[in-house]
Order: sequence, then C-alpha cells, then structure tokens
Amino acid sequence: MRLQARKLLTLMAGLLASPALWAEWAVNMPEGVTDLSRSIYDLHMTIFWICVVIGIVVFGVMFWSVIFHRKSRGAKASEFHESTLVEILWTSIPFAILVVMAIPATKTLIEVYDTKEADIDIKVTGYQWKWQYEYLGEDVSFFSNLTTPREEINNQRPKNKDYLLEVDEPLVVPIGKKIRFLVTGADVIHSWWVPELAVKKDAIPGFINESWAKINEPGIYRGQCAELCGKDHGFMPIVVDARPMDEYQKWLDEKRAEAAKVRELTQKDWTMDELMEKGEQVYTKLCAACHQPNGMGLPPMFPALKDAPIAVERSQIGKHIDVLLYGVKGTAMQAFKEQLNEVDMAAVITYERNAWGNNTGEVVTPKDILEYKKNGAYTGKYVEAK
Amino acid sequence: MTDQTIGHVNDHDDSHADHGPPKGLMRWVLTTNHKDIGSMYMWFSFAMFLLGGAMAMVIRAELFQPGLQLVQPEFFNQMTTMHGLIMVFGAVMPAFVGLANWMIPMMIGAPDMALPRMNNWSFWILPFAFALLVSTLFMEGGGPNFGWTFYAPLSTDYAPPSTTFFIFAVHMMGVSSIMGAINVIATILNLRAPGMTLMKMPLFVWTWLITAYLLIAVMPVLAGVVTMMLMDIHFGTAFFNAGGGGDPVLFQHVFWFFGHPEVYIMILPAFGVVSQIIPAFSRKPLFGYTSMVYAVASIAFLSFIVWAHHMFTVGIPLVGEVFFMYATMLIAVPTGVKVFNWVATMFRGALTFETPMLFAVAFVVLFTIGGFSGLMLSIAPADFQYHDTYFVVAHFHYVLVPGAIFAIFAGVYYWLPKWTGHMYDAGLSKVHFWMSFIGMNLTFFPMHFVGLAGMPRRIPDYALQFADFNMIASIGGFMFGVTQLLFLFIVIKCVKGGPKAEAKPWEGAHGLEWMVPSPAPYHTFTTPPDVK
Repeated sequence: MRLQARKLLTLMAGLLASPALWAEWAVNMPEGVTDLSRSIYDLHMTIFWICVVIGIVVFGVMFWSVIFHRKSRGAKASEFHESTLVEILWTSIPFAILVVMAIPATKTLIEVYDTKEADIDIKVTGYQWKWQYEYLGEDVSFFSNLTTPREEINNQRPKNKDYLLEVDEPLVVPIGKKIRFLVTGADVIHSWWVPELAVKKDAIPGFINESWAKINEPGIYRGQCAELCGKDHGFMPIVVDARPMDEYQKWLDEKRAEAAKVRELTQKDWTMDELMEKGEQVYTKLCAACHQPNGMGLPPMFPALKDAPIAVERSQIGKHIDVLLYGVKGTAMQAFKEQLNEVDMAAVITYERNAWGNNTGEVVTPKDILEYKKNGAYTGKYVEAK
Repeated sequence: MTDQTIGHVNDHDDSHADHGPPKGLMRWVLTTNHKDIGSMYMWFSFAMFLLGGAMAMVIRAELFQPGLQLVQPEFFNQMTTMHGLIMVFGAVMPAFVGLANWMIPMMIGAPDMALPRMNNWSFWILPFAFALLVSTLFMEGGGPNFGWTFYAPLSTDYAPPSTTFFIFAVHMMGVSSIMGAINVIATILNLRAPGMTLMKMPLFVWTWLITAYLLIAVMPVLAGVVTMMLMDIHFGTAFFNAGGGGDPVLFQHVFWFFGHPEVYIMILPAFGVVSQIIPAFSRKPLFGYTSMVYAVASIAFLSFIVWAHHMFTVGIPLVGEVFFMYATMLIAVPTGVKVFNWVATMFRGALTFETPMLFAVAFVVLFTIGGFSGLMLSIAPADFQYHDTYFVVAHFHYVLVPGAIFAIFAGVYYWLPKWTGHMYDAGLSKVHFWMSFIGMNLTFFPMHFVGLAGMPRRIPDYALQFADFNMIASIGGFMFGVTQLLFLFIVIKCVKGGPKAEAKPWEGAHGLEWMVPSPAPYHTFTTPPDVK
C-alpha cells in the first residue's frame, strides 16, 4: 500500500516536472558528419522545399475558393468541368519535377551503395538487445550494452542527459577513413542506425548487409535500433566514438592488452563471494531484462530461474553451463559463448544458483567453464561444492 | 454523371417493398438486406475504432513523458500491434464495406447486393475473427507483439504461443474481405440500372470497383504469408529462416506485396466519398471525371510495383532500389491529378460548408500533406534517415486519419439523413469536426519533428530530447480520442430523432440515392430506374 502511494507520488512528480528541462525542440534531420550525410540532408531539404512550393500553390487556389467562392458571398457556380489542356499540364509538370528530383537522388544512392575499397571493416551484429562489434583482422571484438540504470527508466531517479543513449563500450572508429560496416543479426531483424552518419542498415540473421561511412569530425554520435526486435527494442542504443587515427590505434592496443589480462584471470582461484559479486553485475546487465531482477522471469516467454530445476539441482550444472554457452534453439535464450568470458560466465552461474533463495551453495569456477568448452562435460573437479 | 435524369423511380408501387424487416435479434443474424448489413458493418467498425483507439490512448499515455510509467515494454508492443491490426482490418476496411453496402445498390439503381446471402456471411465472420484476435491478449504469453507488419522471425521463432490464433484470425478476415469484394464486383457489373453505363457511375462506385479487384488480388497473398508462418512455427519448414535455407526478407517481400495495395484499399474508397461530396457542396460538377477514373486505375496498377519502398534498408540491390524509387515517385502523378481535380472542382463554385464538406476539405488539405511526406519518403537515400522513425508514423497517420477516417466521417454525415430520415445536430457535428481537426494535427504534426530528429517508431520509452513533442502529441491524442465519443452521441441522437430529412437534403447533391425518400425504404429500386 505504501509502496503504491510512493509510486503514485513519483509519477505525479514526474508529470509536473517542467518539460523545459528536457527542451531541445529539434525539428529537423541532423546534417551529420559525413559527406554522404550532407548530400542526403540536401536531398531532404530540396524535396521538402519542392513540397512547400507545390503546397502553397495548391492550397492557395483552394483557400482562394474557400474564401471568395462561397455561396454566402453570392458566388454563382460555374459549370465548367473539363479541360484536356490543364489535365495534360498538371500531369506533365509534376512528372518533370520528379525527373529533376530523381537525378541527384540516384547519384547519392549510387554513392551510398559504393562500399568498395574500405580502410577498415567492422562487423556489426544485432542481438536481442545489444550490439556486437568485431574489428575484422584486428582481433578486437566486444559487446555494447545499454548502461542507463533501471532506476532512471522506472522514474526512481532523475534521468541523465544521455538517458537511453548510453552504452558500456562505444564503437570507437577513426576519422577520415572509409569504414565499412558489415551488418547482420543473430536472432531477429534489427537495424543499425546512426543519424549523424546517415547509416541505417537492417541486421538480418543469416545475411550480411554492407554500408559505409567516412567521418569528417571527431565526436560522439548516438543512434538506436530502428527495427522492432522484441521487448527491449527501445533499449539497445548505439554510440559511435570517432577519434583521430593515432588515438584510435592507441585504443586498439589497449583493447588487446585488456583481453590478455582477462585470459589470465581465468586461471585465478575465485572465492564464492567474489563470484557472487561479479555475478550480480553480469546478471543485472545481461540477464535481468528477461529473467527479471528477482529471478521470476516473464513466463512463458522468459522462464523463471528462481527454484527452477536447472538452477538448483546439482545434476543439472552441466546443462546450466550448456544453456548459457549455446542458448536454447527456437527460444529467446541466446548463446552467450561470444559475449561472456569464462570469469563472467562462472560468476553469473554461481550467482543464479545462490541468489533469490536458490541457496545451493554450489560454486562454478572459470576453470569449470573452460573445461566444459573443451570437453562438453562438467566434472566439478575444480571446486568441491560446500 | 452530370446531365443524367431519372426516368421514373419506382419504390412503392411494388407490394413487396412495403413489408418491413422481421423483428428482434434474428433480424440481424439472418438478414440479407444490404442496408441492414451496411449498418452492421458501420457499427462494428465504430466499435473497433473505439477499441483500437483505446489502445492508442494507452500508447500515448505511456509516451506522455520519458520513463516507463503505466505499462511494460511487453504489453506496449502488444498495444502497438493490436492498435494497427484493429484499425486497419477492423475499423477502416469494414467502414468502407459498410458504406459500399449501403450506397452502391442505391447509387446504381440496384435492389440489393448481387449475392445477399454471402453478404450476410462475410459480415458475420468479422465479429468472430476479432473476438479471436482480441482474446489472444488474455492468453499466456500475451497477444501479438511484433507490430502490425509482423516481420519474421520475430513473428515466428520468437513469437508468443498465441500467434497461431492470430494467424487463424487473419485468415478469417481475409475470407470476409474476399467475399465482400466478390459481392461488390458482381453487384456493380451486373445490377446497374438500364442506362447506368460504367462511365456514368458515381466516383464512389468506381473507386470501390477498383478497390474490390485489389482486395481479390492481394488478400490471398496475405493468407499465403500467414500460412507460411504457420508452417514455420508448427511444421518444421524454414521459409523465413536462413538457417534452414529460407530468407527473412522473403517475408517482407510477400507481406508488402499484399501490404502496399492494402494501403490503397484503405484510401481509394475515401477518394470516392470525397469525390461525391466536394461537387455537391461546390454546386458544380466534378472536374475531370474521366481523368479521375483513370487516375484511380493508375494508382491501383502502380500499387503493385512499389512494394519494396517499404524495404529500402533491407539491402536490396542498387538496381532494385532505383526501380522502386522511380515507381514510387511516379505515384505522385496520378495522386496529384486527383488533388488538382478536387481543387478545380471547388474553384469558382458556390461553396457552403456543412459538416460533410468540412471533413472533405480537411481531407484534401491533410491528405495532401501526407502525400508530401510520402513523396519525401520515396527518395531512397533520404529514406535511410526516415525509415522506421516517427516521420513514417506521422506520414501514414496523415494519410489514414484525416485521409481514410475523415472521409468516412464525411460520408457518414453526408448520407446519415438518407439512412435515418433525420438531420444530425449540425452544431455538435461542427464541434466534432473542429475538435478532431485540431486534436489530429496536434497529435501527428509533432511526430514529423521527433522522427526527423531521430526517434525510432515502436519504442515504449525515449531519449529526453523527444520529450516535449511527445507530450504535445499525447495531449492531442487524448483530445482526438475523447472527441470520438461525441461522434457516437451525434449519431445516436440522429438515429433517435431530429429534424425530418428531405429526400435530397443537400441542395447540390446529384445521384440516384437522393431520388428515394429519407429514410430509404427497406427495399429500394425493386424496379430499376431509367437512367438517361
């Protein structure tokens, strides 16, 4: 009851909060930061002004009639109802305008489709509900997840200025280089869209689409998934961080060093508390959207983990690891093999087996995961469950 | 149409015509009378309009401000999906079938529809189809949540279990539409009164004839695509699954091969209604009748070769992209001809602005704005920026709300005196018009801005820079929604009573429907009139 009242209060407070705080009143397409996005912006403005002019003429004649040819002003209706000449005129003039418009549109389109000879190839994969970026030939690959806290989404905390447009790991790219995006989907169709780059390409499972951008100015450019892809379609933003070439190189090196460090951590001996703490972070970031923070899920699409045999029965630890690694075919449960390293995976499994009253006391370690990946079986030899 | 005179009108000298309909519920269940069935279609469509509208209110309430307040994303997606499905298949299409049932026989001097028993059947499928569709909301896992375009594999491998019922409901709607379309064609081609040649037919009849052919052509395609989904879900096929050798994009090609003609199915009869009303209140014959007929036919033809403009971002080859861009731009030509003809009809007329005319004039202005954004969307490179944003939402609501729905309102006000024998409350109906006009523009105009600024469609929550315009849109939406209850009141009031309507309540109206008394007797034109 009190919780209800508080919820209501927050809602009321939210309703009264001045919209002026959020004001930006953007009314037009951004010009963007690539040559191509500028050409597209120009096309947009040209066709817009053509429409405005036609609108003024057509509505002008119409409102002239509405005002001056009213019966109440004593207007007498004429009887004319045909004129081949004007019919021909108002068929051919719009046609000519369209031809004039089609020329620059076709030119721009040909440029958009020219994905040849790129300097950098980045494979973009849409997942429910995150993006994966792979720098082909660079041995760098990572996932990019929304970082806006649930409290902000649920109105329990004020929203920050990048609300819903912030991620843990942005896509870092160099300026002045032709970057080719190879876009695909892992489950359903997504669409990778960054307005400032004028790139929008559908991410279709089983197919690879190509698109490209050559960014002129360094900066942070934000976008969103544009194709309805299920429950959290609105919560998988894109952040592109464009940097000068040397900074981009430095960043690549750091990324590689980081990956090496993670590999070392796999061999470390982890305590249950460490795993639980890490596991909770991973769970909140990746699992809670479907299985819910309280482990209750949203059945039947997203089953509960609390008291679920797979998360409490000792004999099912192997299956638990398997499902996390490879997903469940034909359901929304995706494979996390590529997304999580062994440490994260061990942590989240340990967490799921001990949170929300699951209290099995069982610990699954990074080495167990490594072993499972290699042999396809869980033996439990690395840690004796307490 | 202009100089036609009516030889004789024969309503009452036939003894059949006098006995009225049977009484009670069974009258409506068993009726084969085109007027009864027309009324049922209209009431059904209005009920669906309110239901789909209620869902739109949920959507606008959730989007009133950033953050999740009222509903969760799961349910939000069900609302957007059901809103679309119900408005398209439950509100707009049946409303036009209702108008067709009522008016086509009276406009061409026919005693009834050509296939009255089938007419009854095609109506009575609908309540069951929609009961089934709506019931999915209460099933485990919820109703359809993949958008009204139900793209695979979101609607197959990743869909809730209720999808099977959704597929069955779509099949039932398709059967109903096809039977309705066959009936319209059979009636128009066979039951015209002597002298009513094709090129003398009122434009409403012409647009419906062409619409009916579109329906017969594309409803089976829709049935095909949902059947392929059913196979993918239950019988192990992989039409839309690349893993099994299929292609998710195939779904979109098949769907839009249905879907694009479908949007013209919703707008062509609206062109017809407006082409009846504008001449009537301009007291001047329709300008360019022949070119209007040809324009409708060209639009219908072009509607079959532009489907992939809904798919500019799926990665079709450059040549395909260019072809669909040009074909789509071309549609602006016949559509422009129609708009110019309506304006030329008003030009130098003697205009009055009764409610049907208000809605018709608003139709021309606002539909044209929707046409302009459509033209912008046809430019493929620019479409990369517009696609799947609120700009598209603004575009299709501009052609459907002040387009299709305003035309339906215009038609209802225009023919209500004929149906009920009473004049509607003129003052209230003007309030209805102005509130709808303002509410509708407040709702949908700001959507152009947020769309261009980067707000994707079908999201339950949005970044802060979109907040102001969304709040305005929601306020407009609530205003438009509430106003429609006033429309319900006006119609009920008019059915119950009101000033007596003459046979021809509009000074400038022409056509056979105005030759029979108001209200139209249960049977009209049992002996065909002579049209000269």
